[in-house]
Amino acid sequence: MRKTLRGVYLGLILFFLYSPIAVMIVLSFNASRSRNKWGGFTFDWYVRLTQRSDILQALWVTLSVAVVATILATIIGTGAAIGIQAMKKRPASLLLKVSYLPMTMPDIVTGVSLMLMFVFVNVPLGYWTMVMAHITFDTPYVLFAVLPKLRQTDSNLYEAALDLGCTPMQAVRKVILPEIMPGVITGALLSFTMSLDDFIISYFTSYTDKNLSMVIYSAARKGIEPSIYALSTIMFLVVLALLIVINKRGALEEVS
Amino acid sequence: MKRNWFAYPYSLWMVLFTIAPMLFVVFYALTDSSGALSLANMAAVGQETYFRILWRSLYLALICTVICLLLGYPAAYFLASKDFNKNQTLFVLILLPMWMNFLLRTYAMMSLMENQGIINTLLKAMGLEPVRMIGTEGAVLVGMVYNYLPFMVLPIHTSLKKMDQRVIEAAEDLGANPARVFQRVTLPLSMPGVISGITMVFMPAVTTFAISRLLGSGNFMMFGDLIDKQFLELNNWHFGSSLSLIMMVLIIISISLLNKADPKGEGSGM
Repeated sequence: MRKTLRGVYLGLILFFLYSPIAVMIVLSFNASRSRNKWGGFTFDWYVRLTQRSDILQALWVTLSVAVVATILATIIGTGAAIGIQAMKKRPASLLLKVSYLPMTMPDIVTGVSLMLMFVFVNVPLGYWTMVMAHITFDTPYVLFAVLPKLRQTDSNLYEAALDLGCTPMQAVRKVILPEIMPGVITGALLSFTMSLDDFIISYFTSYTDKNLSMVIYSAARKGIEPSIYALSTIMFLVVLALLIVINKRGALEEVS
Repeated sequence: MKRNWFAYPYSLWMVLFTIAPMLFVVFYALTDSSGALSLANMAAVGQETYFRILWRSLYLALICTVICLLLGYPAAYFLASKDFNKNQTLFVLILLPMWMNFLLRTYAMMSLMENQGIINTLLKAMGLEPVRMIGTEGAVLVGMVYNYLPFMVLPIHTSLKKMDQRVIEAAEDLGANPARVFQRVTLPLSMPGVISGITMVFMPAVTTFAISRLLGSGNFMMFGDLIDKQFLELNNWHFGSSLSLIMMVLIIISISLLNKADPKGEGSGM
């Protein structure tokens, strides 16, 4: 009895969380333009997406920014984790505190502050400023995904590799990296997901190049259109799939 | 080359792209358009129009936080209880929306609550009067609760899970009834999670951006929308920075309060 009641409550919460998204997915296959009539099943809205050059352009921006930012964030973040572990307690904890900043500041403050700086130093707001902003919010996720794995490794192995004649680069590549690889991959997946999904920071740091979230935002302001449902559905499913993979690696709880 | 050198590129990146931009906010907030030091923009935040927006944001964020706490605590409690703690899928389903684009979720909410939307269609089908939802404060609030609820559930769930079950058994052995066990043992021990949940909901809720525009039809401007407007519509960067600076200060105060209440960071997953 008690278990049933509790199950019902959790079911209601899940219904609240997922029914709007479910409705959106259903409507993206609705042949009727109207939201309150089912006009039969269609892929038309998805086909229409491929005919809109602004959306294809935004898809390219979204994917390429995510790939470039993820690669750089993974390199910088993994290096940071390796270095922090060897640091003295004070500088290490200072650097970790600074790393929490982009994660705790509201996105709007991060976006606005980066925009101010880019404009002040006369960098035009576009593709590359978006990339730099994404690296900034992605890197701490890599750092916090790699650190726990690093703590499980034996730091004497690194010293041993150096004693046996490795250069520090070789020691990292041959001794540390293989051990922390699961954390590095999780961090890369996380930062890729964050990049694909970002709206606010991209919105403030790029004028000329728009990503998919920015296209959805400007479309939503004009009113709802079924092809935007289709676009949202695709983004939702891609991000969902990525998150399930990341969660399988046991990382969502650790980093959130 | 020492091992801690590997962290240098990151340190440099953080100084250039996290610390420096924040200093720019401070700089713009405390100067006027001629570049001279001026507190005029900071003082302008106190003007009635803006103060009212700040007040509304704080007030809506507070109500949103209370609703999330009331809805989220039982959810976290049930999830962590013996009945469901083996059900990993259920936990993941509640956790996942946290990582999902808030814009997509707000957009989905919009299609439900529109005048010609799903809810009103259902109401009409049942022979009831349609309700105007979009453009009301209630719609903005529902949108906020919808977006931030998982942020309340996760930290409370984490702190409940970490709790030593033997303490509860001890209280039961000593004759406390379930209500008393909850009040005297479970609730106090889950406080770090509650506090962390409150900050994780309240802070982003204050700076809510676009939710009020999409669900409130722009009738209820919030602090985040105000910042957006100063930068992208009115080009008043100094005032926009003053607003952002106030936000930063509010958040730094909240974080230090949180650290005091929960010094070991037990409640947060971080």
